[in-house]
Amino acid sequence: MYQLYQFVTGPIAWMSFGIFFIGVIVRAITYIKGLNWQADRVTYTVNVSYGISGALRSVFFWLIPFKTRSWRVNPGFTVLFFVFHIGLLVTPVLLQAHNILLKERWGISLWSMPDAMADVLTIAMLVAALFLTLRRIALPEVRILTNAYDYILMLIAVAPFITGFLASHNASCYDFWLILHIITGEIMLVAIPFTKLSHFVLFFCSRAQIGMDFGIKRGGMKGKGLAW
Amino acid sequence: MAEGILCNRRPINTEEELQTLLADKSGKQYYAEMNELDVDTEKLEATLQKTLKSRLKTWLEICAHCGLCADSCFLYLANKKDPEQVPSYKIQSTLGEIVKRKGKVDNAFMQMVMDTAWSKCTCCNRCGMYCPFGIDMGIMFGYLRGLCFSQGFVPWEMKIGSGMHRIYRAQMDITTEDWVDTCEWMAEEYEEDWPGLCIPVDKENADIIYTVNAREPKHYPEDIAEAAILFHLAGENWTVPSEGWEETSLAMFAGDWEACKLQVESVYDAMHRLKPKRMVVTECGHAYRATVIEGPYWAGIKTGKTPIESFHYVEWVAEALRTGKLKIDPSKRIKEPVTYQDSCNYIRNAGLGDAAREIMSYIAEDFREMTPSREHNFCCGGGGGLNGVGRYREQRNIGLKIKRDQILATGAKLVISPCHNCWDAIRDLEEVYKVGIRWSFLKPLLIKMVEVPEHMKPED
Repeated sequence: MYQLYQFVTGPIAWMSFGIFFIGVIVRAITYIKGLNWQADRVTYTVNVSYGISGALRSVFFWLIPFKTRSWRVNPGFTVLFFVFHIGLLVTPVLLQAHNILLKERWGISLWSMPDAMADVLTIAMLVAALFLTLRRIALPEVRILTNAYDYILMLIAVAPFITGFLASHNASCYDFWLILHIITGEIMLVAIPFTKLSHFVLFFCSRAQIGMDFGIKRGGMKGKGLAW
Repeated sequence: MAEGILCNRRPINTEEELQTLLADKSGKQYYAEMNELDVDTEKLEATLQKTLKSRLKTWLEICAHCGLCADSCFLYLANKKDPEQVPSYKIQSTLGEIVKRKGKVDNAFMQMVMDTAWSKCTCCNRCGMYCPFGIDMGIMFGYLRGLCFSQGFVPWEMKIGSGMHRIYRAQMDITTEDWVDTCEWMAEEYEEDWPGLCIPVDKENADIIYTVNAREPKHYPEDIAEAAILFHLAGENWTVPSEGWEETSLAMFAGDWEACKLQVESVYDAMHRLKPKRMVVTECGHAYRATVIEGPYWAGIKTGKTPIESFHYVEWVAEALRTGKLKIDPSKRIKEPVTYQDSCNYIRNAGLGDAAREIMSYIAEDFREMTPSREHNFCCGGGGGLNGVGRYREQRNIGLKIKRDQILATGAKLVISPCHNCWDAIRDLEEVYKVGIRWSFLKPLLIKMVEVPEHMKPED
């Protein structure tokens, strides 16, 4: 078991993080290189100040709950969306156990949150995931869009949280859940650049692009900025 | 590879081809031939490889299937929330499939794609405002229409429309002579009531070059006279070009990008030729979108701007009222409740919501906003060419219900609609649903309300 632990936290971990970091950078660069002012009909490099302000507005408005009309008219979804994503992004980074590991290996660490808070975030995130999944099944307008891929992605996203939660609360099978937690976490990291999870970075690219479109071309130079 | 005589992959480039296609009443033979039209799958794949770049590819790939776009689409709402009307579904099952199959699709599939692209989306771009990723399916449908056009799968009227632009540089068969004659005729017709009224053609170095929608000279020439009267009253130094006077672009609705370029270049040429200070466009939404917002890109102008600064008619009216060039007689302001139809093309997609409100503050005493309004307003129901396609009349009429209900909820019986497409749709919704509303462009209302200085009145 120890050897396996060493393996998944050693070379496999390095590889996963490597694929993740290089992968998302490559995705972002490929996206930007593939933009074309004439095909997209947006002068990205000419009216730059309008472009930057449009892009920032477009990202910012959507990162704040209820800041856009779309968030406001879909309050239930908005809550699920933010609870899910905050839990997904904040928990692993600020988890005490992860920071201890980081300290042991590299001698650095971030501020850690109390374990109880991590538990709350994890459970909230898992509950949100459950409701997002039920929503897929229950609402005809979402069901028609849904395919197996969507469920697999959700599974990839929640697996490290379920296993991590069990590892920290289930002392009897600690090793089993811990190894599984590490492996599922690595699967998620590797999956990010290659699947729809690439929206980890492409969300920002896509939002910035449409922000530039509206900021430069579709009224940004005349209006007060689009009321997202 | 099989092609029809009327329905084929070649655009209309000659008067003769155009007449033959027009003679085929309602496109009966045209659509019959479409059943036999082969898909040039190699060309389709090559086009995808060349033109499907980052933005569209990413949009297709990262859509999280969340369904937030559903309620943003008036066609989804009007069709009793039919899941097949969810924007994401509509684009994934058409463009998404074509990409997935690398262009290897058959005739039946392309006909389904055509029907979806023209009858289930008006390219109003509202969904793009409701998607967390900013996926604008209106833009994707515009692109898809281009693919359809290049394969010959395009509604009959759209093929005719783009052919008109190719031949006449106008969406209708109006020659330079017809246009100039109409201007002269209108000036003469109204000169008695408006002494000194003229419609200067091809005057160089004017302050304003005024451009129109071909429907005006063809069907509503008084609209040109009204524009002239208002410019006259405002004391503007203006002109119309003898060539390059048409702002609209059925070619844009058709997805005929080559014709789009030809059309806008005719307007830009007029700007270069006559050297006016700025351009004002008539009360038309898609015309402004085509020539001012998208046109510079078709023409390859790297600044993304028209050669001279360009304004929609509502911007000019707002300015004229603000600066006092036009003064409204306070006793003649609109007393009854009145609402305003925000055109997708110049409000959502060009940021002119404030200009419209400014005008209303001068002319209306009981202005009622629709809900939602401004950038978030719903399409009139007839945008993107949908008004003009006989094959989809029924679908269009169903879609009108949303606008009907929005208007009725305001309690206003008068709808101001400074956009030809919206104006038509609202006229048709009254015809179909008989709810007792009236609709108007700004010009006729303004003429009834403006103060006319003594020296401009006719001598009795």
